[in-house]
Amino acid sequence: MRIRGGSFGLLLIATVALLLGMACAKKAPPVARPVLPPGGAATTTPPPPPPPPTAPIRETPVSTAPALTDDPMTSRSVDDLNRDSPLKAIYYEYDSAELTAEARAGLDTNAGLLKRYTTWMITVEGHCDERGTAEYNLALGERRAVAAQSYLVSLGIPADRLRTVSYGKEFPFDPGKDEAAYTKNRRAHFVITAK
Amino acid sequence: MRFRLPATLLATVVAFAATGRVAARPGPAVASQQPPQSEIILSISGDAGARPRYAVPDFIVRSGDAETVAAARLMGAVLWDDLAFEQEFYMVPRDTYKTIPAARSIPEVAFDRWRELGVDGLVVGSVEKTGATTFRVEVRLFDVRSKRSVVAKEYNGQTANPRLYAHTAADDIHLQQRALRGVARTKLTFSSDRDGERVPNTVQARDVKEVYIADYDGANQRRVTVTHKLNITPVWSPDARSLAYTSFRQTTPDILVSNIYSGMPPENLTGGLGQNWLPSWSPDGTRICFVSTRDGNSELYVMNRDGSNLTRLTNHPAIDVSPTWSPSGTQIAFTSDRSGSPQIYIIDADGRNLFKMTSESWCDRPTWSPAPFNEIAYASRTGPGYDIKIYDLATQERRQLTFGEGSNESPAYAANGRHVAFMSTRTGKKHIFVLGRDGRGLKQITTVGNNYTPDWSR
Repeated sequence: MRIRGGSFGLLLIATVALLLGMACAKKAPPVARPVLPPGGAATTTPPPPPPPPTAPIRETPVSTAPALTDDPMTSRSVDDLNRDSPLKAIYYEYDSAELTAEARAGLDTNAGLLKRYTTWMITVEGHCDERGTAEYNLALGERRAVAAQSYLVSLGIPADRLRTVSYGKEFPFDPGKDEAAYTKNRRAHFVITAK
Repeated sequence: MRFRLPATLLATVVAFAATGRVAARPGPAVASQQPPQSEIILSISGDAGARPRYAVPDFIVRSGDAETVAAARLMGAVLWDDLAFEQEFYMVPRDTYKTIPAARSIPEVAFDRWRELGVDGLVVGSVEKTGATTFRVEVRLFDVRSKRSVVAKEYNGQTANPRLYAHTAADDIHLQQRALRGVARTKLTFSSDRDGERVPNTVQARDVKEVYIADYDGANQRRVTVTHKLNITPVWSPDARSLAYTSFRQTTPDILVSNIYSGMPPENLTGGLGQNWLPSWSPDGTRICFVSTRDGNSELYVMNRDGSNLTRLTNHPAIDVSPTWSPSGTQIAFTSDRSGSPQIYIIDADGRNLFKMTSESWCDRPTWSPAPFNEIAYASRTGPGYDIKIYDLATQERRQLTFGEGSNESPAYAANGRHVAFMSTRTGKKHIFVLGRDGRGLKQITTVGNNYTPDWSR
């Protein structure tokens, strides 16, 4: 099933919703699980009910360490992560590899994630819209991928975690033939290859 | 991995068919019955100022089985098309032959009737099945006025590909009558997504492109690569036994060479060092020019046929892509955006004497013509899309071959320089077309899927 313009929008919404969901999950304090008393009494004696929540008061977690073990980023598989990647695609102007302010903001976000998840290995894919020639676009896509890679390196991400590959105009994200589609296709994708 | 090309690809394969191997471009075995060397070779001429008018009726059936009957009809039709292709002859349409009784032997040929139809040169062929899988084919060209045979050839080979007999006869007739090297036995290669396969294990749906080959007229289209990845920009080796192409089957694109008749796996000439694209074979077949990012950005490199002896040709922070060799192997034309937009440049094969050839909107994929023409075809943006233009290196004049019917890109010359193959979107999807260098004789080669970046064997 090819992802068309309509479902691209849905995917975006789903991605945002998921990211929001993950963000909320991270903010929630860890819940202490009831501890079973020794001696196997659990079968007969139910644990005391937890105290009723006092809604407005939020406890400060004692440690952030347990939050990481519940972090869906660390438990999800690479394929699962890439399916709705936390790493943002960034977009380019026509026949250009310059990073716009918006692209740099996206890369800043991606750099934050890559600093947090230091084992992630990334392939930066450079893509082009279909208006250029297939041959030249191979090099243009590479120039775009390298621009994104260089910016991430300037933010402190080790270059050896960031491989680049150009797909020219061979893999359009949106097969449409209008500016809306071209805008989506002039992009760098960030694919997690190992974690 | 083994490339298994069906044995029907070629006609004279005998021993190799069982192993899945085929011989390259063999041509049926020729036992020529050429006129003795002392005899003057006769060239058929037409009326003053006009091309000679040729007719090619169905071949004479010398053995009555259905296979021979079908082959006799097919060979006549294919030979007619082959002779029409180069536009050296006016080909009298085959549907006008009905009034003339079909000859069952040479003495029965009604030369007077053919002359009434205005025919100058009549091709009389015959087919005979000589074994379970073998044909003997005779082809004669008669001067209808004198009733003399001016070309006489006999071909013996397999029954598997009757078209090859017609192609071989067409090349023989063009050579003998017009001193022209025909291209009826040459082949095209291109990449295509026609099989609708997807790259596995990607989040986003991605269509694979694989390398295909076809006869020069679009017949016998066959898939060469089976990797479920991108395999693009294929080019023929000068001996037409190998294909070099850009393959994404590893994690980075490499230059691969498939020796398509060997049954051996492809050779990887670049081994994952940087990204490597767009191979171009030197005219003598000993070297390959290609693009690599191994030193930081896209530059041209030259290596030996086996990947050894790498030398760097360009050194510029701009994009350098799309190399093509001059017929002498002393110069290379390529695309660079060092002036701010993609334009065509020419450089000596030792990296000196840079010459800027175009100053247009967007130019790419230069292709140097074979001799005797001294010109470079390229794609030039002329509007929303591209058109094929031709730059004459002697006069520095350019002319346009296509005129905005869809986008027309990636030109490639026929071995004799008289036709150009290219990709066009004029019918909607991306297809390979062939067009005469004078802009006449458009022919669609592919009809299925999307098809890209053709190259034409020598």
